[in-house]
Amino acid sequence: MKTDLTRRDFLKMTGTGLAIAVVSTSAGYRLLSAAEMEKERQIFQPSVWLRILPDNSVIVTVNKSEMGQGVYTSLPMIVADELDADWKNVKMEAAPAGDEYKDVAFGMQATGGSSSIRHMYEPLRKAGAAAREMLVMSAARKWKVPAKECAAELGAVRHVKSKRTISYGKLVKEAAKLKVPQNPMLKKESQFRYIGKDMPRLDMDDKVNGSAKFGIDSFVPGMLYAAIARPPAYGAGLATSSKEAALAAPGVRAVVPVPSGMAVLADTIDQAWKGRDALKPVWQNEGYPGLSTGSLQKEFLSRLDTAGIVARNDGDAKRAFEENGRKIEAVYQLPYLSHATMEPMNCTVDVRKDGCDIWVPTQNQTGVQAAAVQITGLKPEQVHVHTTYLGGGFGRRFERDFVEEALLLSVSTGKAVKLVWTREEDMQHDFYRPMNATRIRAALDVDGRVSAWSHTIVCPSIFARVFPQMVKNGIDNAAVEGLENLEYEVPNIHVEYVRIDTPVPVGFWRSVGSSHNAFTVESFVDELAHAAKRDPLDFRLSMLKNHPRARRVLEVAAEKAGWGKPLSRGQARGIAYHLSFGSYVAEVAEVSVDRTSGAIIVHKVTCAVDCGATVNPATVSAQMIGGITMGLSAALKEKIEIASGGVKSENFVDYDLLRMSEAPDVEVHIVKSEEALGGIGEPGVPPAAPAVANAVFAATRARVRELPMRPEAVLAAMKMA
Amino acid sequence: MIHLEINGKKYDVDVAEDVPLLWVIRERLQMIGTKFGCGIGMCGSCTVHLDGKAVRSCQTPAGSAQGKKIITIEGLPESHPVKQAWVKEQVPQCGYCQPGQIMQAAALLAEDPHPTEKKIVEHMNGNLCRCGTYVSIKSAIRLASAGGKK
Repeated sequence: MKTDLTRRDFLKMTGTGLAIAVVSTSAGYRLLSAAEMEKERQIFQPSVWLRILPDNSVIVTVNKSEMGQGVYTSLPMIVADELDADWKNVKMEAAPAGDEYKDVAFGMQATGGSSSIRHMYEPLRKAGAAAREMLVMSAARKWKVPAKECAAELGAVRHVKSKRTISYGKLVKEAAKLKVPQNPMLKKESQFRYIGKDMPRLDMDDKVNGSAKFGIDSFVPGMLYAAIARPPAYGAGLATSSKEAALAAPGVRAVVPVPSGMAVLADTIDQAWKGRDALKPVWQNEGYPGLSTGSLQKEFLSRLDTAGIVARNDGDAKRAFEENGRKIEAVYQLPYLSHATMEPMNCTVDVRKDGCDIWVPTQNQTGVQAAAVQITGLKPEQVHVHTTYLGGGFGRRFERDFVEEALLLSVSTGKAVKLVWTREEDMQHDFYRPMNATRIRAALDVDGRVSAWSHTIVCPSIFARVFPQMVKNGIDNAAVEGLENLEYEVPNIHVEYVRIDTPVPVGFWRSVGSSHNAFTVESFVDELAHAAKRDPLDFRLSMLKNHPRARRVLEVAAEKAGWGKPLSRGQARGIAYHLSFGSYVAEVAEVSVDRTSGAIIVHKVTCAVDCGATVNPATVSAQMIGGITMGLSAALKEKIEIASGGVKSENFVDYDLLRMSEAPDVEVHIVKSEEALGGIGEPGVPPAAPAVANAVFAATRARVRELPMRPEAVLAAMKMA
Repeated sequence: MIHLEINGKKYDVDVAEDVPLLWVIRERLQMIGTKFGCGIGMCGSCTVHLDGKAVRSCQTPAGSAQGKKIITIEGLPESHPVKQAWVKEQVPQCGYCQPGQIMQAAALLAEDPHPTEKKIVEHMNGNLCRCGTYVSIKSAIRLASAGGKK
């Protein structure tokens, strides 16, 4: 289903088809025909294309990476709907890296922040609608009838009076000569043919028959395989290594130092890995030999007592705490998490004198291209980035460390290089979801209402490394998301951010700061509800009087889950909600706890989501289920262990993910809404952990304030209860 | 030189006997559907059939697969009920683990055409999916088991 096309092909092809480019300008988007674009491309930069070929195929170029979230289907759906194309003729192709494909809202070509549909909806609709108007106009001219008597329908134009029809493919040559309308008439919602309906995925067949090409499936004739020996601890340096032994190993062609370690290059992957074994590196741990999970936890907790930067200050929380009423306080701790994409990091690069090709599963084409320009000295137009399917992204593939390594190795060997990380490298050299510690204090007035909320979070900064220009007043937006915009109607709210820097690098992990802040906030709200002897659902609703969307998802999830109705013996429900990436999600978890082992069984999760308008409801459901599963995996199992200054966790033996036996049934209810589009890739994750923790409390009266909720942690909490 | 029969075709591959079958299949012969996930048999992405049984090709020395019938995702016919059920249930998200899931499921149904829920879970539990498609996988297996009818 995927075709491979370069801009040159596109320009060559314009003689035989109708091409529309959406180009971004400072004023927004403009539409250009290929001829216009060729003329104006030095000024305007196209970002998304659609092509219609004489054989009626409609090819949509997608500038977002497919990592499971369904953009290779949902973005073409938007174009196809406005175009009124026949879905069976719709194909997609991945955009190469280029300024013309940048996401205008980001200013870069990248996939993240659950934004693909939100950012591309309008420009793609316009591109489809403009093409439709041009096709209608061509048919009208051909038949010498007024355009308003003609209508586009399922890949053809129809003249109603004379009952004539002509397919798009037969009109492309004429349509290509027309001027592109700048403000085409968009469809009304009632006219949508595909948007809002469950559509089958365009990547389905490839992914079922095994032909889908991921990064690891890239091959270049004559390429070398690279394996990198990496230090076991942060800041450790290479003391000695048996370079000669590695070079003497069968198939090994080169041993090359790179900033991240020592690379061995060989004819085959097994030879490269054996060559690396032969290298027998000895590392000098001059970094942080005393650094461990325990030392970090201690440090994070102690920093809770230091002053942070005020991220939000409503009313006067300090004064409110001095008044009468109950004071409640809790401390929560969450660990570093690995992305653990099923496809380990990899990149295949062929650097030549006149250009360079990079085959890479990336969320960040702009970053990949920039890295190549920097390392090779080539011009951006000489760098060809081929975005493959991503075997999971979750934020890890926004980074370009593995791309830089492959580029350096191709430059230094003068050969094409395929670099494949082992699972151990992938797990030990990640940019982790930050470890963090939180203290929340609240005051309940005599009527059991929350009068003050004081919140301190100690958390490393992701933005300080990735987008330092976005750190304003020293506040990392990710660290305080869900806090600085906490929706609960509390008159006095005080939020402080304490930035902590550790040697462990941190990065974007599906739902980012919401992945931890939803846990602390929603657990604590539950604690307050129980302290006030209120039903956790009613308690939340009473603090969300002016937040109808939040109320609605809570009410729908609760109703569908049978909130308040009896359950089987030993089972209990917990509820949580969170707003992230423009979408509201509430989840109800049904759990039971083995009182001897402390093991949690999650039987079912009922989810309600309000993400505004929906393009492909099937994908919304799939993303909610996927997000909940990842959220549960983190809630129940995942924790990166640090020891002797490095990451100790290695593979799925000591960092296991949620398995089928632990995965609950999930029911997703999409709450219809007229609101602006919200994201779907991430918002399913945050409520999962607190919903489970709250259900565990309901079942056992034990409050687990640390993740993951492994059996031993649950037993410990039960002893405290 | 080792001799392998993969998807009914014979291959002579110049490779040491201890090289994992996974690397021979996907890197030497470039049948890319069989995936590398963990290298220690803990994720199931590399699952293929060896004489009809699901095995982890990352843990199978290529030499030991000689004289056996190897089937990869490419060798499972498009009309196979498991593949058809996977499409019907729209199982894959990122899709990376799915060839392994499909091969694991196909081996189960070959051995037990009507597995219980418990047996499905036991049999599939070694196959990880980070995207969280477990619920759809279970539905697809039940669908395939029911001859494509719900």
